[in-house]
Amino acid sequence: MKLRTEFVEGLRISSEAIRGNLLRSVLTTLGIVIGIVTVTLMATAIQALDSSFREAISFLGTDVLHVDQREWFIDSDRKWEATQKRSKITLAQVRAVERGLGNVQGIAPTVMHGIDAVRYKDRSSSMVILTGTNEQYVITGGITLSAGRFMTKAEAYANRDVCIIGSDIAENVFLNELPLGKNLRIGTQSLEVIGIIEKRGSVLGQINLDSQVIIPIGKMTAGFRYDPSCTIQVKVGDTARLDAVREELRGLLRKVRRVPPGQPDDFAINQQEALLERFRQVSAVIATSGFFITGLSLFVGGIGIMNIMFVSVAERTAEIGLRKALGARRRTILLQFLIEAASVSLLGGFIALLIARGLVEFAKRFLSTLTLSPGIVLLALGVALVTGIVSGFLPAWRAARLTPVEALRNE
Amino acid sequence: MSLISLTDICRSYDMGSETVHALRGVSLGIERGEYVAIMGPSGSGKSTLMNVLGCLDTPSSGIYELNNHNVGEMDDDELADIRNREIGFVFQTFNLLARSTALRNVELPLVYAGMDVDERREIALGALRHVGLADRVTHRPNEMSGGQRQRVAIARALVNNPSILLADEPTGNLDSRTGTEILELFDALHAKGNTIIVVTHEENVARHARRIIRIRDGLVESDAPSE
Repeated sequence: MKLRTEFVEGLRISSEAIRGNLLRSVLTTLGIVIGIVTVTLMATAIQALDSSFREAISFLGTDVLHVDQREWFIDSDRKWEATQKRSKITLAQVRAVERGLGNVQGIAPTVMHGIDAVRYKDRSSSMVILTGTNEQYVITGGITLSAGRFMTKAEAYANRDVCIIGSDIAENVFLNELPLGKNLRIGTQSLEVIGIIEKRGSVLGQINLDSQVIIPIGKMTAGFRYDPSCTIQVKVGDTARLDAVREELRGLLRKVRRVPPGQPDDFAINQQEALLERFRQVSAVIATSGFFITGLSLFVGGIGIMNIMFVSVAERTAEIGLRKALGARRRTILLQFLIEAASVSLLGGFIALLIARGLVEFAKRFLSTLTLSPGIVLLALGVALVTGIVSGFLPAWRAARLTPVEALRNE
Repeated sequence: MSLISLTDICRSYDMGSETVHALRGVSLGIERGEYVAIMGPSGSGKSTLMNVLGCLDTPSSGIYELNNHNVGEMDDDELADIRNREIGFVFQTFNLLARSTALRNVELPLVYAGMDVDERREIALGALRHVGLADRVTHRPNEMSGGQRQRVAIARALVNNPSILLADEPTGNLDSRTGTEILELFDALHAKGNTIIVVTHEENVARHARRIIRIRDGLVESDAPSE
């Protein structure tokens, strides 16, 4: 009860003191303002990058295993050379995996191939990604169609002349015509459009998933890439079983590819987690350097607050003496000046948040995923509060330790 | 048992190489309801005696008992509580908080006593009314005359119902007419039963008291009823 009274009184005194020296208080907070603006923008940028990265790689699926010849990330030249010697993952091996692996939602072999152009009438679309696969790709690739249907098992295995196209191709090549049932010319072949994929955007601005054409894998090996190495996508359907399926798949592949016991795998089972892990490393580097700058400006800001609090204590020594004479305990005086330091720092925090808000609003024009989240606002205010309390402690302690006689004499 | 009992109080300060003996063995007793003036030239030790009496300072040796509390054995926070409960200070320079209203200034001891807002407002208003400032409650010190400021200080000193009113040169910063008003207020408070100790070097101030203690060179020179 007493503590609450002291706290309320401390708030009152500090608000009077800050209003009495408003300009000085605001100038003092400059270092804090810079620090908090940095910490806020840093955190906001990392959050925005994180969410756009997650969105970007979501097409890989969190519960999908990707069997490749090589690992997505190879750390050394030696490892890379070793992977060069690995044999291709053939369609026959894919069939063996399909037969051997039970209890998964889907297995799809995929072969990707960049081609110059696809044509319809006199219009063409360039920079197209051609994907050869089977009917399960709709599951493993997490594909949603905006019109039509995906290929059937029969179409996939009989190498029918069908294709499913991305939304960019539907717009650019077919313009106002309905693409379904029309024939799209790819190289020398002509394939009927049976489905259109919903708009998906691009991966980190690099791979345009909407400029994609999906065809039966047999068509791919017959017309575009003879004897390719396949990527096998396996949708587990349950992230909890991911590791178990991964082990089962690994054993199966070693048997199928006849890897002798004791030898390392001659294939890689990749998953989204690896990409996220990479990204986390990158954002950790950004965060570390950013927080170093932040820490530095907060340190400078903290010193500023400490300084002004020493001035404040010196100016109000007589007042401290009076308060002590009237019955203020050490703790009361300590609390009073700590609250004042924290308030000055929080004032800086609020100013910084206003500035950061303006900057974020401005930057939104370039990166729409930027938002000043409530968590970051709390973080910023928390950092300001802690900085204020830490840097105010020494002056407050000195004030609390003053003897009333000495303090009263000071007028 | 006396309200105040000093036994062989010494107070010395270390000033670098030499030690200054401000009080060299003061013994005296003050009863409840007395009106005492402490007099002495500057450097006599009267300010140190006032600080000891007010529990702002502790004696180097000797025993000080205030209202049955042995003050010499108390730590800083206990002394703060004793000052809060037992002593009301009136200073020469008023020592009001410049940014706060008269009411806030008077409330201050109650804040440190941990009283809640409504109750302390009530009591502080009563104390201001008591010193004739009911119409100056929301004024700040710079909006008041010297006499009014000292009245606010007296209201603040009385608001906790202390055992002693301890005034240090209460009229030193006032013109003689206002000073007389303040002294008349002290007379009235004494008549109501308050214990008052005034530290002064002015004879006409001391004459209001019933007893005058003269200090010289850290010792009680004389202790007699005023004529």
